[in-house]
Amino acid sequence: MPLRPFNPSGELVFPLSQHIGKPAKAVVKKNDPVLAGQLIGEADGFVSANVICSCSGKVTAVEKRRTISGQLQECVVVENDGQFTPAADYETRRDLTNLTNRDILDAVKAAGIVGLGGAGFPTHVKLAPKNPDSIRYVIANGAECEPYLTCNDQLMRTKAAEIVEGLELILRLFPNAEGVIGIEKNKPQAIAAMEQAVSGKERMSVRALETKYPQGGEHNLIKVIVGADYPVKMLPADMGCIVDNVGTIYAIQRAVCYGEPLFTHVLTVTGEAIAKPQNFIVRDGTNVRELLEECGGFREDPKKVLAGGPMMGFALGSLEVPVVKTTNGLTCLVEDGVELAQKRVTHCLGCGRCTTVCPTGLLPGLMADAVRKGDYERYEKKLYGLECVACGSCTYICPANRPLTETFKRVKAEIMAQKRAAQAGGNK
Amino acid sequence: MNGNIILITTLVITVVGILVGFGLVFAGKKFHVDVDERETAVREVLPGNNCGACGFAGCDAMAAAIVKGEAPVNGCPVGGGPVAEKIAAIMGTDAGAIEKKVAFVRCKGSCEFTKNQGNYVGLEDCRSAQMNGIRFTDCDYGCLGLGSCAKVCPENAITVKDGIAAVDPRKCVACGLCVKTCPRNLIELVPESKLVRVRCSNRDKGPTVKKVCSTGCIGCMLCTRLCPTKAITVTNNLAHIDYEACIQCGKCAEKCPAHIITLPLRSAKAEAPETQAAPNG
Repeated sequence: MPLRPFNPSGELVFPLSQHIGKPAKAVVKKNDPVLAGQLIGEADGFVSANVICSCSGKVTAVEKRRTISGQLQECVVVENDGQFTPAADYETRRDLTNLTNRDILDAVKAAGIVGLGGAGFPTHVKLAPKNPDSIRYVIANGAECEPYLTCNDQLMRTKAAEIVEGLELILRLFPNAEGVIGIEKNKPQAIAAMEQAVSGKERMSVRALETKYPQGGEHNLIKVIVGADYPVKMLPADMGCIVDNVGTIYAIQRAVCYGEPLFTHVLTVTGEAIAKPQNFIVRDGTNVRELLEECGGFREDPKKVLAGGPMMGFALGSLEVPVVKTTNGLTCLVEDGVELAQKRVTHCLGCGRCTTVCPTGLLPGLMADAVRKGDYERYEKKLYGLECVACGSCTYICPANRPLTETFKRVKAEIMAQKRAAQAGGNK
Repeated sequence: MNGNIILITTLVITVVGILVGFGLVFAGKKFHVDVDERETAVREVLPGNNCGACGFAGCDAMAAAIVKGEAPVNGCPVGGGPVAEKIAAIMGTDAGAIEKKVAFVRCKGSCEFTKNQGNYVGLEDCRSAQMNGIRFTDCDYGCLGLGSCAKVCPENAITVKDGIAAVDPRKCVACGLCVKTCPRNLIELVPESKLVRVRCSNRDKGPTVKKVCSTGCIGCMLCTRLCPTKAITVTNNLAHIDYEACIQCGKCAEKCPAHIITLPLRSAKAEAPETQAAPNG
């Protein structure tokens, strides 16, 4: 399924919080004319990211709208004139002879690039660790371990040279680092394309990884590539690693070499319920329903539409929501796919299968038990429950159909909210 | 022969018994821990739910805190007035006025009044649903109806019917666990005797409310004008009743265009003879 650009016709909605950190501040007002690539939300603070308009037209409102996560968030609504007039020339290659490291970081920040793997951590923050010389590996994450999703595979096949150039740009920031492109073995064409692109390049290699979920998790990828386990409390930078999704690296290349900010990204529309599954280069802010209709609509009534893949994706409450930077897939499942969720939940058997599959080495059974007893302190301090990456493996394997990952996601959010509240109270 | 064995055994056991007895008496004196008699008495009066609603680890901890003077004698929300009086008698202080409270769900948006949307297959937990932004109606404030409150209720006082939770005031002990659990903060503890309450939590403007629920508070302010004691205020497009000032005349409930101010039949019948202002029926 090759990548295909998709230009929406309806109105586009840009949530001001498409990343981890503080929401951006709107810099446009109602009735302002905007162009594709224009800045509409400015990063507010260090851990925040710019929001870029992806079409040309007129701002019709800056108001609270429902976003893909189902929450009401401040959004910029743009009436699309169908022209997609770019704000600047994004086709001509810039002169990079005098490019400094500062220029690269500034370009990344201005382009509003965030981690496109799903978490949406602002990339300019990630690329500026305390000690750049200590970074030994820059890992391009092309594992794409999530079932169903194939858009990064396509991206690597078609844009291999661009991704390699993006990786070279990142390597300029880290003089002691080696670039490793990690790809799961189930994508032989992508591996071949990337290997061809890196041939002759210094400090760069492609690593074929075992096809095993969740291979693309940051922690697991580092474990495999560095060849050493490390405590869950440590950040990748502490291990001398920077991990970026291949989509993010492509966006960096576009931003630095062509000055194009991040307003398009790759996305897979898939699932048994969809008539014509496809990979798109989609514009941010595109309505989910419009995108699904572009794929021929539903072949049969979907039971669930997930944002993301079947393992980590979350169900949408409504289709009238916009695609955001971090949406890398729309999976439309029919009944079989959600059968698991409808099965009866029985008591924990103590079989320990969840423990064997947890990629982080946690004890999901005991964690769920601590949650049931309301012992959040044990959950956090003794069982390291906050380190759960919500990969879904424990829920998938559980013979008693216990909703483990769902519980941990909730409790993590609750504990983080408590911490934030305590911090806010302390600051006063 | 047999007689001797019996005699020796009896003797040995008697001697051992006496020795152990002395040992116990000695240990009892030596390692004696002073326990305030009042603590035991207070502990006996407390309900023994160990629900933790008082803020202490359980009834034992609460009893110790009361005796130390760290907790008020009327600190047990479950026991309410009668228990407070008994504890006050033990402690020799005044119980103070404590009114029994009950939990109350501030939402009336059952399936009848709201449009149900989508099919939900997933965790039966309001907190998870709220976190994932899952809604069953268009209302962002109303009851989700997955019954997280019912699951934490130690007295099984909460039932979910027609998509909204309802508290049985006869069973409710006002422990407050449901209040803490509800992700939409719909449940509050209200004085049991005050039956005029607002059954809505929607803080949106009138037209928006009308779109999502046919019985939501539209913030029309009619109740504030009708109230003879000015007990009702409308803030953020939502009516609030000051229970201290409310005289339960029921005028607001009678005229509320959205029918969200309650005046249960029970109260109307009970208080109609006393209060002239009560509505008929």
